[in-house]
Amino acid sequence: MQLAAKHFKASASKALLDAQLQKALGNVEKGFIGKRQKAADALPEFDALRDNARDIKNHVLAHLDLYLEEYERNVVAAGGHVHWAETAEDARRIVLDICQKANARTVTKGKSMITEEIALNDHLTANGIEPVETDLGEYIIQLRGEYPSHIIAPAVHLNKDQVEGDFRRVHTHLPEGRDLSEPVALLSEAREVLRKRYFAADVGITGANFLIAETGTSVIVTNEGNGDLTQTLGKVHVVVASIEKIVPTLEDTAQILRVLARSATGQDMSVYTTFSTGPKRPDDPDGPGEYHVVLLDNGRSAMLGTEYQDMLRCIRCGACMNHCPVYHAVGGHAYGSVYPGPMGAVLTPSLNGIEETGQLPNASTFCGRCEAVCPMRIPLPKMMRHWREREFERNLTPLTSRYGIRAWAFFAKRPRLYRLAVSFGMPVLSLLGGKSRRLHSLPFAGGWTRHRDLPAPEGRTFLQEWAQREALKQGSGH
Amino acid sequence: MSGRDTVLGKIRASMRVSGPDAERKAAVASRLRDTPTGVIPARADLPAAGQQELFCAMAAQFGASVARVNDYREVAAEVSAYLRAHNLPAEIRIGADPRLKDAGWDLEKNLELRHGASDGGDLAGVSHAMAGIAETGTLALLSGPDNPTTINFLPEHHIVVLRESDIKGDMESVWAMLREQKGKGVMPRALNLVTGPSRSGDIEQTIILGAHGPRALHIVVVA
Repeated sequence: MQLAAKHFKASASKALLDAQLQKALGNVEKGFIGKRQKAADALPEFDALRDNARDIKNHVLAHLDLYLEEYERNVVAAGGHVHWAETAEDARRIVLDICQKANARTVTKGKSMITEEIALNDHLTANGIEPVETDLGEYIIQLRGEYPSHIIAPAVHLNKDQVEGDFRRVHTHLPEGRDLSEPVALLSEAREVLRKRYFAADVGITGANFLIAETGTSVIVTNEGNGDLTQTLGKVHVVVASIEKIVPTLEDTAQILRVLARSATGQDMSVYTTFSTGPKRPDDPDGPGEYHVVLLDNGRSAMLGTEYQDMLRCIRCGACMNHCPVYHAVGGHAYGSVYPGPMGAVLTPSLNGIEETGQLPNASTFCGRCEAVCPMRIPLPKMMRHWREREFERNLTPLTSRYGIRAWAFFAKRPRLYRLAVSFGMPVLSLLGGKSRRLHSLPFAGGWTRHRDLPAPEGRTFLQEWAQREALKQGSGH
Repeated sequence: MSGRDTVLGKIRASMRVSGPDAERKAAVASRLRDTPTGVIPARADLPAAGQQELFCAMAAQFGASVARVNDYREVAAEVSAYLRAHNLPAEIRIGADPRLKDAGWDLEKNLELRHGASDGGDLAGVSHAMAGIAETGTLALLSGPDNPTTINFLPEHHIVVLRESDIKGDMESVWAMLREQKGKGVMPRALNLVTGPSRSGDIEQTIILGAHGPRALHIVVVA
């Protein structure tokens, strides 16, 4: 996809007025938050597992070069091939090369955000190879020529009647009068259509949730079984994964698996957790004849040793966006980047630079829910703040914001003046609030009051309240 | 410079390590050697009978059906009964697992067994699991001629036979079994952990069973 993060404000305004989208977004809160909470509550060790999952990834990141070498050794020992891609372009070239050597005409794909990041489908199509997305949500958005609006629920921005319309438009070989009013009918139809594609495909491409150094294994976690059919039925299996997917051992994988599905969909385990090691063995009746792993850097190595390193712990569960009030309001497409929501607001500037993406780390109320639910305990708000600082230092922030921040800083650094200004300003605002106790418009704050009222201040300032409470505490002898 | 050297070089430069020093190497070697287990939920810390019951209850909670039989000789009758109950033809796809050689097939005269990998035309497939994980009601299946991987995914109904004594509390116990069977660091081509029948929530976040994999998962636990 074309990076369109600098249009975030315009896209968000449009999204707020899109009735279909707003209806569909209701499913995010309904579908994810309660389920995650229930799954977390049912496991007393959940928070201890989160701590351990964080520690495992921190250990990996501190030894990433060594674990990558160990992983590569074990993939090769099992008969697989490892390809190193510094950039998205390198990865595209490597995958195309593998497909062309296999004389591939069609490739099936399991759900993979990393292949979205490297825009693999467009590259294959441009070179005469047809990519077929097999995850139901990915299949739907491929039919629509869209990209995922959520990292684990790519079609969450759509309603079933829209899907029905797409299936009728594309599946013209099926009877017109068929009943597609229920999701189950839509799923069955996709299942039938895609079954044939698995068998016809020459190459199956998947991502990976984990790469296990100890055994040279790639792991995918799915619910539909499409990823498994993709990688089992193709003659060649290509895994595209970024370098930070490494975990040391099977035991470490088990630790993170216990927090992954619970945080993502509220399941104890996803239906299929598949560990793949190398190609078909001599006595194997099925499986791919070749097994390739493309290890992608694409900017991640540059995040190591910086204040953004913690972001590399991310396991792409989607909990941060599922709990984000901004994501709930505007959906994933408004962000204009491959990765939406809070994790995208941190990762996208790291991968694409802050110049084009500065609006993303600003698209947060800093409510902190993303960090509160992150299974890997990634301090997302803190890192968004770091990006805002980078943006300010580099004079990328809009002029009005810069002047506003400067003016505030002037007063904030002069406490007496600040208090004087506030003690004067408060009664004025209070007076202006009138009977309704609300201000409908304010000079220099039209951007705020255009969409909502400002509540008029009541009583004293925060500092006055604080001083009085402290005095009371002292007085009562505490 | 190759992509490999470039990527590894960039990682080392960012981390300000010139090359793999002895201390870092030792930390990696010890983790790979000792495979520390971390936090194991107490949920499945039960005597064997309790783990078996928990496994059956969890598997059922996640949408599988579970039957328990007393002997391998009763497996064929259970498979036939399942097919009849679901109005399925008396045909199954099955691999070459020696544990299922003498499963009473001779007693079910009408049941047709097709051997080898699935070609997508099978309504029901039978596999033998390596282990069950009580913690989450999960089956562990290994690839190979005994239990071709395609049987796990292509048939509409997947029937999985599991020895009661192979039900373990947690994933870590299955890793121990694997290392004992295959050797440390060695994996089968595919290890499938399966928890319930396939499903999708991609349309309006409504969970529907039977996506691309089996619509139904039936587990037969043999005492």
